[in-house]
Amino acid sequence: MDYALPLIFMAIMGVALLVYVVLDGYDLGIGLLTPLATESEKDTMIASIGPYWDANETWIVLGVGVLLIAFPVAHGIVLTSLYLPATIMLMGLILRGVAFDFRVKAGDHQRRLWNYAFFVGSLIASTAQGWMLGAYVTGLTISPINIAFSCLIALTLPALYVVLGAAWLMIKTEGELLEKAVKWGRVAVVPMGVALLCISIATPLVSPTIADKWFVLPNIIGLLPIPLICVITFSALIWLMYRIDLIQAGYGWLVMAGTVLICVMAALGLAYSLFPYIVIDKLTVWQAASATNSLLFVLVGVVIVLPAIIGYTIFVYKVFSGKATTLSYGSK
Amino acid sequence: MEFDPLTLARIQFTLNISFHILFPTITIGLAWILLYFRIRFTTSQNRAWEYAYHFWVKIFALTFALGVVSGITMSFQFGTNWPGFIEKTGNIAGPLLGYEVLTAFFLEATFLGIMLFGKDRVSNRVHLIATALVAIGTALSAFWILSLNSWMQTPQGYSIVDGKFFVESWMAIIFNPSFPYRLTHMLLASLLTSAFLIAGVSAWRFIRGVDGPATLLVLKTGIVMAAILAPLQIFTGDLHGLNTLEHQPAKIAAMEGIWQTEEGAPFTLFGFPDEARKKTHYAIEIPKASSLILTHELNGEVMGLNEFENEHPPVAIVFWSFRIMLAVGTLMVLISWWGLWSIVKKSSLSKPVLSALMLMTFSGWVATLAGWYVTEVGRQPWIVYGLLRTSDVVAQHPAITLVGTVIAYALLYVFLLVSYMGTLRYMASKPAESLALLQAQSPAQSGRPQGGV
Repeated sequence: MDYALPLIFMAIMGVALLVYVVLDGYDLGIGLLTPLATESEKDTMIASIGPYWDANETWIVLGVGVLLIAFPVAHGIVLTSLYLPATIMLMGLILRGVAFDFRVKAGDHQRRLWNYAFFVGSLIASTAQGWMLGAYVTGLTISPINIAFSCLIALTLPALYVVLGAAWLMIKTEGELLEKAVKWGRVAVVPMGVALLCISIATPLVSPTIADKWFVLPNIIGLLPIPLICVITFSALIWLMYRIDLIQAGYGWLVMAGTVLICVMAALGLAYSLFPYIVIDKLTVWQAASATNSLLFVLVGVVIVLPAIIGYTIFVYKVFSGKATTLSYGSK
Repeated sequence: MEFDPLTLARIQFTLNISFHILFPTITIGLAWILLYFRIRFTTSQNRAWEYAYHFWVKIFALTFALGVVSGITMSFQFGTNWPGFIEKTGNIAGPLLGYEVLTAFFLEATFLGIMLFGKDRVSNRVHLIATALVAIGTALSAFWILSLNSWMQTPQGYSIVDGKFFVESWMAIIFNPSFPYRLTHMLLASLLTSAFLIAGVSAWRFIRGVDGPATLLVLKTGIVMAAILAPLQIFTGDLHGLNTLEHQPAKIAAMEGIWQTEEGAPFTLFGFPDEARKKTHYAIEIPKASSLILTHELNGEVMGLNEFENEHPPVAIVFWSFRIMLAVGTLMVLISWWGLWSIVKKSSLSKPVLSALMLMTFSGWVATLAGWYVTEVGRQPWIVYGLLRTSDVVAQHPAITLVGTVIAYALLYVFLLVSYMGTLRYMASKPAESLALLQAQSPAQSGRPQGGV
């Protein structure tokens, strides 16, 4: 139990953060895309995420919550080191989260202000998240190379979010907006791919620990499927985005599925790179873990509640499935 | 006051939590009021309930959004500024926070989507259930977070090994001695805050002549709720105070401004506590009143701050916050009863009573914040009462970094608070559209699939 519990919680945390990246990723991506859309397109785009974004953001609370619950020491080290980017990210999330509610309720004279806040907040939050990811992978130590690496991820994570946002629009919209979404997707998928490649090359370079884990036989052969699947999926994504007829015919969800698959592969690669550390080269999951009976107490809740959460989340996605229409509070 | 990292970190925490709590305080109460409107419009023929629901659900959505985003800050704050707290108490604080996320946050955030936008997409019954689940979720989140907060005030059910807390009994931890009082006090505070909010906004609409068909119903609901709950809240507060006397006498000594242990202690209505000289300047006192309230005896002994040298909270903040809370609470009783009396005896609401209600719109915020300052500042210098000092768990960030983030947060919060109140005002001042909306929606065209009227 003492051995397995920290691993189970590491997995739960990883899954929660991955779900966060995908779910909040698409609504942050929508935020990043809004300046390119007309006012009525903005309405549709925001309507398409309206019923979901609250719950999407809750996954980061769960991810950070599991870090706090299961690895209290790591929670302190990681967040104290990331003080400024975390604070900046929070301000971005606050600004964008309220912006689209204010946008429809504060009156037309304030609409431009809140459009702007939605975009800027999304941009701040997604770059700050990229920076934090970069700093975390490089072991929270500051050096010129590490800073350059963090910058690289800070600039490219938004590209992933834009692709997710565009993919969401390919599912939820039609007509002119759908065509625009495909164009946006085509443009953003290139930096996303370049970024993934750069990060894959740079990660072992900045971290000898990670390099040692990948570039030895026979590990490298066993790991080959990860980059292979990424390359194949990435090519398929590009091909699909130039077959607009397929997307118009209702295969937009494939773009989303492909992007999610790439995210999952990246997460697996990252998990393999970091394991067994929770703070690389400093603290292993077992060193950082909470007391066993505290973890067990939470695990009971997770086992009972998490399936329910997944169940009613799917239910809500079903309720609002289909193309997005203007949101109404129920009085037509 | 010197601006060392501890003070700055505490100012930042105060800013974040004060801004955050404003919104849950409304949504925890308003969720149940909306459920009531929702049930009334399903069961009664009066369409005004439907209008009331539609008007207030929009305000609920905005308030909820502010609560969610400002709450994310809280989950990071422990790590960014108070790593020692989680490092030492993580075994206890972690699971309680975890259960809040698992049982409450996802429930409310997910079903909120259906509650807000799903009315035309699901059956009346499912929509009603979604609305109820959101209300239950808000109450559950209060349950867990207040359990943890109360444990920090009155810790039990733990053991300490090498400076770290370990769990001995979850039941003892969750249902610690101050928890029932604090939970009841906070739930009532939320309901009262919402009652004065809906009454105040409705009164404002009456005065401005922009009231819709449901405004009077909402106004009456708010007044009746407030008139019942305000005295109940004072009663609960009194019980909570007695519980505090038993477990945290230093907090009570600061609240009452009692410097030396004495028998027949007076209650200081007004005065300026001076910690350096250990006396209260210009004190206006009611003889023996403190002893009477706290010990139910005229000459009962009340412990003074002298018993807690270097272990008592800053006196002036606690003393003043307590008086502000009491004053607002008293006003709440007087004005809600005035309103109730006007409805019952005169069956009309005069301009003065409407104006009074309008001025009380955000009174719940003032009382709630003041109450929290009493209990949280009153816990100092401890973060876990009697066991762990706040100064021992703070992160040592450079002062300049903290000053920067404090200013940035303050600016953002002022901007959002002004926007929130401005938007409420704007929404309340739009009568025409809402009326047209209701008229355009004859029963036959109603969007509800089952037409549950």
